[in-house]
Amino acid sequence: MNGAHDLGGKHGYGPVDQSQQQNFVHEWEEKVFAMTLACGMLGQWNLDQSRFSRERADPVEYLAGSYYEHWLHGLEILLVEHGLITEQELRTGIAEQPASVSAATPARVDEILNSGGPTELPDNAPALFAVGDTVVVKPDNPTLHTRAPAYVKGKAGRIVAHYGSHIYADEHAASGEKQPQHLYCVQFAADTLWGDSGCTGSSVHLDLFEPYLLSLQQHIALLQNHDGVD
Amino acid sequence: MGNLPSDHHHHAPASEIEERVKKLEALLIEKKLVDPQSLDKLVDTYEHRVGPKNGAAVVARAWVDDDFRQALLSDATSAIASLGYGGRQGEHMVCVENTRDTHNMVVCTLCSCYPWPVLGLPPAWYKASSYRARAVSEPRDVLKEFGVELPAQVEIKVWDSTAEIRYLVLPMRPVGTEGYTEEQLAELVTRDSMIGVDVLSAGL
Repeated sequence: MNGAHDLGGKHGYGPVDQSQQQNFVHEWEEKVFAMTLACGMLGQWNLDQSRFSRERADPVEYLAGSYYEHWLHGLEILLVEHGLITEQELRTGIAEQPASVSAATPARVDEILNSGGPTELPDNAPALFAVGDTVVVKPDNPTLHTRAPAYVKGKAGRIVAHYGSHIYADEHAASGEKQPQHLYCVQFAADTLWGDSGCTGSSVHLDLFEPYLLSLQQHIALLQNHDGVD
Repeated sequence: MGNLPSDHHHHAPASEIEERVKKLEALLIEKKLVDPQSLDKLVDTYEHRVGPKNGAAVVARAWVDDDFRQALLSDATSAIASLGYGGRQGEHMVCVENTRDTHNMVVCTLCSCYPWPVLGLPPAWYKASSYRARAVSEPRDVLKEFGVELPAQVEIKVWDSTAEIRYLVLPMRPVGTEGYTEEQLAELVTRDSMIGVDVLSAGL
């Protein structure tokens, strides 16, 4: 979804606030961070579903709220949606029914942090593209979680690296399924993205899954199909 | 989800949020969904144990050991793991090298992706709207705000971390540091230089 979180290239946010050098600005933020990671370790949802829970915030709320307010809101959504707590329990803070799963022990937390969550998977199909290919990002507009930002939709770039197959974030968020998709690093010339004015860099690189991409030929065919549409 | 507490107010005052967090924490502990010791461990890990000192050690090693530098640039995950750093949010690492001609800078426009094992948790500005919005379209202006003015001919490459690959910038070794030990070099390396919003000097 292209919600308020999809910020690349947007205007109006002013200078970077460099007074914010720390990760945690308030003590409650430490708790939100720790609760979010600890609840993630219950195994009831994955990282992409967790990201999607934050992206679904009301845009006004998202832009007005601080980073860890997004996390808090996302965590509450996930806990309720997965039936670990009820809305009533959330409102009152009083436990009414036992949970069906139990917390990760501190030893298990260490194991999980150390092993992380690698996303690389064996290929299940040959790669459609290769390093050096020019590709165009599909001009679609999905309502669910995706990792193709709005600012590259319909833009052409060149593949500079192929990272093998990784868990496809869109499917992972939608169904939980770990579907392998080829992942490419695509370099976009800055003027391709931003035109002649107001762009002060040279290029932007994004890591994009194969389903996000069209070959140049596919892109041209798409344009020709629409030729003559009023 | 219309009844969640956060829907009733925008930009809640600190005390209100504190209460909400305290209530949720107590509920999760009572329901044994979180272990208080695990919560403490998580905060302690990222507040005190994992941070940019790890990344600085990687950078200093790359400056003094060219074989390591080559390994870091061709397979950063393995090279970084060989120094003992890895795990969550650093599962797939790529290192990009700053030179006289090219300056690299990292952002996550969609959320806050950041290489935790080598840099710790990101500073609040990295996660805030301004940096996320502007780093991809006006990086040179953003760099100026950080006090970095690059010559016009320097190519600026921005890396938007949109999947699970995490990027580490290898900053240029400051001039005048030929006699420095690896440890002395590591002390010169700032967190911001490894995000790509700082250029290092030896302070000479």
